Amino acid sequence: MSIQDIHEYLAEFEDIPGTRVFTATRARRGYHLNQFAMSLMKAENRDRWKADEAAYLSEWPITDDQRQAVLDRDYNRMLDLGGNIYFLSKIFSTDGISFAEAVSTMTDMSFPEYRDMMMNGGRSPEGNRSIREGN
Amino acid sequence: MARITAGVASSHVPLLGVAVDQGKTQDDYFGPIFKGYEWTKKWEEEQKPDVIVLVYNDHASAFDANIIPTFAIGCGETYKPADEGWGPRPVPDVEGHADLGWHIAQSLILDDFDMTIINEMEVDHGLTVPLSMMFGQPDNWPVKVVPLAVNVVTYPVPSGNRCWALGEAIARAVESFPEDLNVQIWGTGGMSHQLQGPRAGLLNREWDNKFLDLMIGETDAARHIPHIEYLRETGSEGIELIMWLIMRGALGKKTKCLHRHYHIPCSNTAIGHLVLEPDN
Repeated sequence: MSIQDIHEYLAEFEDIPGTRVFTATRARRGYHLNQFAMSLMKAENRDRWKADEAAYLSEWPITDDQRQAVLDRDYNRMLDLGGNIYFLSKIFSTDGISFAEAVSTMTDMSFPEYRDMMMNGGRSPEGNRSIREGN
Repeated sequence: MARITAGVASSHVPLLGVAVDQGKTQDDYFGPIFKGYEWTKKWEEEQKPDVIVLVYNDHASAFDANIIPTFAIGCGETYKPADEGWGPRPVPDVEGHADLGWHIAQSLILDDFDMTIINEMEVDHGLTVPLSMMFGQPDNWPVKVVPLAVNVVTYPVPSGNRCWALGEAIARAVESFPEDLNVQIWGTGGMSHQLQGPRAGLLNREWDNKFLDLMIGETDAARHIPHIEYLRETGSEGIELIMWLIMRGALGKKTKCLHRHYHIPCSNTAIGHLVLEPDN
């Protein structure tokens, strides 16, 4: 059995264009951000959140950057700050936004443009596999 | 004796659950997707499995960021559908098979797989959408389920090789259960999709179909696909396909394909579906 070198394994993840792989480093950074998002699975928490987002967020030990990214619904920024999409999905589900629409906000396309791209076969892997190789 | 009679692979996109729950399965968008499951629904009615070992991943529903089990097996009596942010799906509770669940858990631990045991949990779309695709909208699910949850969210996720070997061990465990049970194993999730970042929306029809080919026949090449290949070729969430390897590993050396379906797109995702029989 070959043992994978953990440093090489993790370094490769940073070579994928437009992608934040949810590594332990990101999981640590985003722990409370993700736990906040998770709390929105409870109807009573969703009600309190909708009534006053800033007050609800102040109950969580998250950073100012994370707090602002949530209030701005800036999902790419939330990913940069350790958010994971399955946790963050509780935020846009509470907003009543579909997965596809929320996902489209992270791309350079409008939702109708994104939807058209998906109907036409999605984003090609061509040129999107590796930053280093440009393939 | 219990035996694994078949393996089923299927995507578990949450929007498919919405389509079922809102009666949209015949419209222009969803029709072609659901048409590919009609064969399987009829086949399941004939097969009448007693239990499904259902390999899926939890999407931040039962497990939060606190505890991250790599492989967790449900040994409870019943599982309620989770509230994923818009209320629980209007589907029946999932009935467990605690005797078989505990038997598999004990056997796997003795077979060097250090399982996490779950007594109570809610189950999300990862588990209930495949049930809807295969059984429609019954008052009660016609099978018992042993949930097997895999971490495919926080890296490192388990290797493909480890998943395949776990499948092999599950087959051994099922075969040593004394009751006469018709057991199927389902591997869910995938196929290509990326739900995050500027590269979101990536789909890869060619790679997906090669992967479908690798589930059929005698090859075990898929167990050696590294994580980075899934990430580059199938998008960041395509890694869910390692759960299919648990299903494939449980079917033994060789499989026969009974049914195959592929469709692009469903929301952000490529839909893949296989029905396989052990052919050993």
